[in-house]
Amino acid sequence: MYGFEALTFNIHGGYLEAIVRGHRAGLLTTADYNNLCQCENLDDIKMHLSATKYGSYLQNEPSPLHTTTIVEKCTLKLVDDYKHMLCQATEPMSTFLEYIRYGHMIDNVVLIVTGTLHERDVQELIEKCHPLGMFDSIATLAVAQNMRELYRLVLVDTPLAPYFSECLTSEDLDDMNIEIMRNTLYKAYLEDFYKFCQKLGGATAEIMSDLLAFEADRRAVNITINSIGTELTREDRKKLYSNFGFLYPYGHEELAICEDIDQVRGVMEKYPPYQAIFSKMSYGESQMLDKAFYEEEVRRLCLAFEQQFHYAVFFAYMRLREQEIRNLMWISECVAQNQKSRIHDSVVYMF
Amino acid sequence: MAEIGGGCCPPMDLMRSEPMQLVQVIVPMESAHLTVSYLGDLGLVQFKDLNSDKSPFQRTYAAQIKRCGEMARKLRFFKDQMSKAGVSPKEFLGKDVDIDLDDVEVKLGELEAELSEINANNDKLQRSYNELMEYKLVLEKAGEFFASAHRSATTQQSEIESQQQVGEDALEAPLLQEEKSVDPTKQVKLGFLTGLVPREKSMVFERILFRATRGNIFIRQSVIEESVVDPSSGEKAEKNVFVVFYSGERAKSKILKICEAFGANRYPFSEELSKQAQMMTEVTGRLAELKTTISAGLDHRKILLETIGDKFEQWNLKVRKEKAIYHTLNMLSLDVTKKCLVGEGWSPVFATPEIQKALERAAVDSNSQVGSIFQVLRTKEMPPTFFRTNKFTTAFQEIVDAYGVAIYQEANPTVFTIVTFPFLFAVMFGDWGHGICLLIATMYLVLKEKKLSSQKLGDIMEMAFGGRYVILMMSLFSIYTGLIYNEFFSIPFPLFAPSAYECRDASCSEATTIGLIKTRDTYPFGVDPVWHGTRSELPFLNSLKMKMSILLGVAQMNLGIIMSFCNAKFFKSAVNIWFQFVPQMIFLNCLFGYLSALIIIKWCTGSQADLYHVMIYMFLSPMEDLGENQLFPHQKTVQLTFLFLALISVPWMLLPKPFILKKQHEARHQGQSYAQLEETDESLQVETNGGPHGHEEFEFSEIFVHQLIHTIEFVLGAVSNTASYLRLWALSLAHSELSSVFYEKVLLMAWGFNNFLILIVGILVFIFATVGVLLVMETLSAFLHALRLHWVEYQNKFYEGDGYKFAPFTFTLLGNEDE
Repeated sequence: MYGFEALTFNIHGGYLEAIVRGHRAGLLTTADYNNLCQCENLDDIKMHLSATKYGSYLQNEPSPLHTTTIVEKCTLKLVDDYKHMLCQATEPMSTFLEYIRYGHMIDNVVLIVTGTLHERDVQELIEKCHPLGMFDSIATLAVAQNMRELYRLVLVDTPLAPYFSECLTSEDLDDMNIEIMRNTLYKAYLEDFYKFCQKLGGATAEIMSDLLAFEADRRAVNITINSIGTELTREDRKKLYSNFGFLYPYGHEELAICEDIDQVRGVMEKYPPYQAIFSKMSYGESQMLDKAFYEEEVRRLCLAFEQQFHYAVFFAYMRLREQEIRNLMWISECVAQNQKSRIHDSVVYMF
Repeated sequence: MAEIGGGCCPPMDLMRSEPMQLVQVIVPMESAHLTVSYLGDLGLVQFKDLNSDKSPFQRTYAAQIKRCGEMARKLRFFKDQMSKAGVSPKEFLGKDVDIDLDDVEVKLGELEAELSEINANNDKLQRSYNELMEYKLVLEKAGEFFASAHRSATTQQSEIESQQQVGEDALEAPLLQEEKSVDPTKQVKLGFLTGLVPREKSMVFERILFRATRGNIFIRQSVIEESVVDPSSGEKAEKNVFVVFYSGERAKSKILKICEAFGANRYPFSEELSKQAQMMTEVTGRLAELKTTISAGLDHRKILLETIGDKFEQWNLKVRKEKAIYHTLNMLSLDVTKKCLVGEGWSPVFATPEIQKALERAAVDSNSQVGSIFQVLRTKEMPPTFFRTNKFTTAFQEIVDAYGVAIYQEANPTVFTIVTFPFLFAVMFGDWGHGICLLIATMYLVLKEKKLSSQKLGDIMEMAFGGRYVILMMSLFSIYTGLIYNEFFSIPFPLFAPSAYECRDASCSEATTIGLIKTRDTYPFGVDPVWHGTRSELPFLNSLKMKMSILLGVAQMNLGIIMSFCNAKFFKSAVNIWFQFVPQMIFLNCLFGYLSALIIIKWCTGSQADLYHVMIYMFLSPMEDLGENQLFPHQKTVQLTFLFLALISVPWMLLPKPFILKKQHEARHQGQSYAQLEETDESLQVETNGGPHGHEEFEFSEIFVHQLIHTIEFVLGAVSNTASYLRLWALSLAHSELSSVFYEKVLLMAWGFNNFLILIVGILVFIFATVGVLLVMETLSAFLHALRLHWVEYQNKFYEGDGYKFAPFTFTLLGNEDE
């Protein structure tokens, strides 16, 4: 039905699209950030946020605030928005929305498993988990000793189960293995999500494939940079790259053999979408890369709102909100620790 | 601007909004708070935000607002606690008792701490109470389980024993017997755990346990019928009691972890019956103990909440007031010397002495060394619109405001709306029976006004209550028009005199007017009842109502145009009088005014002339002879003149005004450089206050297009608006037909059956149809049509409605606003 979404989209998706666009209008603007950056303490931030959509979430917090409270309440708002939309959604949008959660689920699984490995308290770990990635038996993850057990005990019941097919080893869990597991899972997740979006067709497929390709490429670059100097072989490294994206397949060949950051840069500069990001960086530097990638992502996410009658707006909204919460966390941390000069280091402006 | 008016006409005070002025108040820092508080009590000043470029926390009183926010949060906390405990705050009636904000803050802080501590203690107690409750349940359920297991084991044992006896004879299965007999002694010691698990998780719990131990467990669950309060969350939940048997330490640690993950509370349980009984008594004893402690705690808490409840409203009001004051103070700009605050705002001219008095009082009460300075500023900004209304006119003003708030000092349509609105409604709703029903309903609202206004009504009730005086007027007018139409639930009554007509002989039937002869004087008031039910009833009423609608419409439109004259006169705009009002009057009255005149002549003379024909051929062939349609001598000449005038008035409306405006603008520009020098002082003042209003761009084409649109709208509108007034006829026809259907087809038909039951049903149906359809739906639809006639047909003749409302800073609304 490509090209005809306008006819039928609003039957099921019209209400939610309106809702999500309304939510998007509630995202903080540059003016808001400028005001937030001038705050002297966390109460000022609360006061400023009380004029925004976060107002009702923060108004009942007693006065000596903590950064964690702010972040927690803002995340609660995101979760409430998400739950409301999920409640209202019908197929296939509800599946699409579910897919947005899986990334958080993977992160939570990894968080808990790593935490147990370092003998942290499970309850404490669960509090740290992102509420969107929660599932019933998440705490049980602590019981598992190796991946096979992990899968057999807990994850077989979750939507993540199919993604596990590639990492079923009986090796004991250690940091390296967990990191490989995370990336394998993410790879399988992104590919699955990509396939699902292709199946949906239309503008959703078009925009989502662009957004997901960017995500996949960013992961590929991060994997490469993080694995430089570790015992991960080139073949193994290549196995972690998702099989789509702008870099697939030739870029992956080249990335797999990179030995330092400048080689990565050499590879990436060949690809027009990333040229701008990398050409801004000086040689040998990789700290600013994250921010540059985030900025590029936000730019692409904002573009998703330019079209109508597709699901990518939901993905884009959730991502933008998450970015906003990251921004708020950074700002509050900077304000709380009196490091206001560093605020601009990591805040990604949206509009 | 305020002094304009007078001249040849009355000042028309009634129609004008209050004259406003921009005032500047310079208040010394120390008396600022009190001043603003007094002004808030007065409620006649609308402060302008002079710090709009500053973000909220950079303003002078940000800290105080934060304090108030914090107190409001505490109060919300108390309110939440009170509503949970079922304590309602005491109504606060007295005037504002002087309480100090700092005292309130301290008090609130103390109370919050105390309440939190009590809550924490109670929670702790409640938690252990809930734990014990759960433990008790586990003891009961697991005890049952063990008892039944024991019973089945003993029966099995006895069976085995009996089997053994048999088995001794039958040697088929010696191995099995041996195994069984050995069983109790060689058995591996099985451990077990008991506890509660939430019911919705129980299946997953079982599955995971099974998977984690590779099936080497034995689990039993039993359902607890009533819901249990979960100790950690304090909420009610459905739970299952479980007993898990396992073997080995590793399995135990896994199970423990899984239990923890599922939020399953474990409780120790002893296998021995005597110990179980002992535990049970112990638990029950402690439960009873805890219960008394908890109830004592709750009592204490309730007393505390009640003391809070006594003062709650007072504090709440105080805090809200303070917050409003500080918000207002934040709108004032700080003087360079930081010793006084400068505020600007709009206030009605009549309030000047009151404001000054309030300022003086504040200066005295706050022991300030210096008094406040109050001065009036000159400005070119458009002031807000403020109409003083009373409880009767408010609803009508609301109707007009819903369309658009009047520009400052523009003629207010409300003055006439008060009468014309209910009247046009009644034309459509004419039935004095229905009118009386409506009157009774609305009289209830009006008489119980005092009681009803203090309580919360539903959405729809609220609306009806707000518009009670509109409905009252509407019902009175409906009784009046109903008497004219001679309708009472569609039954005719010869109220004022017997009908003027009588049958010539006995053969004359009811359904025809032929055979009626006039025997008396014309029926003195309204429609003769004899028309009712005759064959010619509809043609007669249609003709009457249609013509009446046109007359009413033309009259109201003329009124609208005259209002535009009043506006032009008031704002001293000769252009608008000569090139808008005059041609408009001519155009409308030459065509539709003439039609109205014809209608009246026809009524008076009883002529048979066809008015459609006259009107249509007046345009199509004005030179043709009128023939039998002639109503008065020289009619053709008169018509030709009117047509000519109407045609002339169109370019008259269209062309001169834009050119004159252009000329005026040019003239103004030439003299500009001289004019400014004269009043440098004031222009400086203006510039500092709210920015200069530069000379607006004069775009000739824009003005011309605007005038073109306006002219076309008026010319076409004259036709379509007149046609629009025919809705009066249509609606009133629909109303009378509907009511006659209900009367004849329901009530009379039911009557005809001569059956008591059918009659009752018929009466019920009639009542519900009358109330539901005629009294509610028809009222609504007639209301909406009257609204439309006022908003569109009447107000578009003169009403701009681009103003903004005067929103003074006042405390009166603070009390009833809910977060």
